[in-house]
Amino acid sequence: MNTALPRWVDYGLMPLINVAVAFLIAGLVVLFVGESPVEAAYLMVRGAFGNGYNIGFTLFFATTFVFTGLAVAVAFHAGLFNIGGEGQAYIGGLGVALVCLSFDTILPWWLTFPLAIIGAALFGALWAYVPAILQAKRGSHIVITTIMFNFIASALMVYLLAGPLQKAANLGPRTRDFEAGGQIPKMDWLFSPFGIDMGASPLNISFLLALIMAFVVWVIVWRTRFGYEMRTLGVSPRAANYAGMPEVRIVVLTMMLSGALAGMMALNPVMGDQARLQLDFVEGAGFVGIAVALMGRSHPAGIVPAAILFGALYQGGAELAFDMPNITRDMIVMIQGLVILFAGAMEYMFRPALTKVFSEKTITAEAA
Amino acid sequence: MDTLIQLLDVTIRSAVPLLLACLAGLYSERSGIVDIGLEGKMLGGAFAAAAMAAVTGSAWLGLFAGIFVAVLLSLVHGFASITNKGNQIVSGVAINFIAAGLAGLLGQAWFSQGGRTPQLPPDARFIPIDLPFAEAISNIPMVGPVYVELISGQNLLAYFAFVMVPITWWVLFRTRFGLRLRAVGENPAAVDTAGISVSWARYRAVICCGILCGIAGAYLSIGLSAGFVKDMTAGRGFIALAALIFAKWRPVAAMWACLLFGFLSAIEIRFQGVELAIVGVVPVQLMQALPYILTVILLAGFIGKAIPPKAGGVPYSKER
Repeated sequence: MNTALPRWVDYGLMPLINVAVAFLIAGLVVLFVGESPVEAAYLMVRGAFGNGYNIGFTLFFATTFVFTGLAVAVAFHAGLFNIGGEGQAYIGGLGVALVCLSFDTILPWWLTFPLAIIGAALFGALWAYVPAILQAKRGSHIVITTIMFNFIASALMVYLLAGPLQKAANLGPRTRDFEAGGQIPKMDWLFSPFGIDMGASPLNISFLLALIMAFVVWVIVWRTRFGYEMRTLGVSPRAANYAGMPEVRIVVLTMMLSGALAGMMALNPVMGDQARLQLDFVEGAGFVGIAVALMGRSHPAGIVPAAILFGALYQGGAELAFDMPNITRDMIVMIQGLVILFAGAMEYMFRPALTKVFSEKTITAEAA
Repeated sequence: MDTLIQLLDVTIRSAVPLLLACLAGLYSERSGIVDIGLEGKMLGGAFAAAAMAAVTGSAWLGLFAGIFVAVLLSLVHGFASITNKGNQIVSGVAINFIAAGLAGLLGQAWFSQGGRTPQLPPDARFIPIDLPFAEAISNIPMVGPVYVELISGQNLLAYFAFVMVPITWWVLFRTRFGLRLRAVGENPAAVDTAGISVSWARYRAVICCGILCGIAGAYLSIGLSAGFVKDMTAGRGFIALAALIFAKWRPVAAMWACLLFGFLSAIEIRFQGVELAIVGVVPVQLMQALPYILTVILLAGFIGKAIPPKAGGVPYSKER
């Protein structure tokens, strides 16, 4: 079982096979519903990348998924399953909104933005802190507590948005619109050198922040002492314990980092697009993060492309639902589930076969 | 008195799907298969039941379709976590999304009503049953209203749910099947040594889980309501999971936990925005969050200790 596969197989081919199987099944479902899978795939790709506006949307969704994917991945490295990204992102939005509502009229955006980043990260981290400390000190299972915290976050935010933070009852559960100081610039200039116009797509500078965070996560996990301790705990808690690594501190800090990353996701829709805090703005992105992290093998270099794939699925899926009314956006939810199933729960299904193929190859290579 | 009876009636109606899902989780988790896919299996079951009942006009065929789909989803979970030794939590999450996505997609493709299934006529549903003598003793104080409003007038699946409590207890603690099921959840290696297949015991537990989840879904879509609505389980699978932990994985305690959580949601519906003595207006959201908050407090070990089955979540490998 411990036969090492070549790295490109482990990190490249396996995820590709997993995703291909997921898409194959999705294609069968499309066929079953009575539409052409080829046509659907074409419409989806066109919807995601067909013009500048669509590309802008794809990258906008991808930004969100980079944050939530990194959040899940960081926790994975320490052997923790943070299923609470949804709630942490929701509460992170509260942090963003409180900063924007306080400073948007007195500070320019380039001063509000760093404060909002801190607000988002802090609130997200705090929402992850309680499950973390309960796991580390009292042994409550982090999966269950983070699920519970998702629901608690949702109830809390409904209470706040329909109560203390609400602007006016007739506008529904949301805050007032942020002024110019609470909005960050769009990135419509990104592809203008290539003559591609992104139009009014919501892609904004939190995309750059997401890429920076991907790099920061790589540095923390693979180039610091803390990252080493974290990975040791993830691979073997007994080894970590034997080496005298402080388990409680690692669990709590890892989860807070994870929560902070999930919380930062809120910057993208709240400050970059809607310019207000509204109900359910997370829209399941916390859960998409699970699929992204699994597909990206918990490595930033895998997470960014996986996030773009899911961004394309979300944007392309929306366009597809428009062109083929029989295929709703629910198909994206299903594909997401299939990717989680094949890239996550059944990741070892194809492993024995692959091991056979590639170890035979090395043997023949050695013989020759 | 009337208010209390109404409150308790709503309590029972909210508790039934929780109880069925909770008992479903009990079979699975006692055998060492952690199941956070209860929500998805319930949703899949609810959709299949409503779709089949809408097409055939038969509540029973609907129920069987619901059970069939939920068992199928269970087997996917089993295949991933027993045969492939995959991560059970990841697999559960996947089941939830696959079920939600498929139900929405097929619902729209088949019925074109925005993910709903057509409104069902009464014969395609499990409708409330009036127990005998309800008329006769309705005038007796105390006993009358309780019998008429609470005990009588529930549907067949609701009675089934409560009957399943002692049956589950008996199966788990008084039969050979139950003993093996609990043993593979605590110490699979010992069971293996005794020459009993760990995988087969776990598969059977997972199938039991699917059956009950399917019935829970059918209760929602063709019992309580007259059709499937998108995302109609609305987190009940997770409340059931919370109830299971709250009950410390025991059948009778599970019933009380589900009734407690059902009571909380009854209070939430009944006292929405009503001024109460001493506390004032209680925010609805607090009542909604209370089951989750209580479960976290319990898990933290402040109200007794919830100790899960020892081998829960760990795939069993014969040899290393």
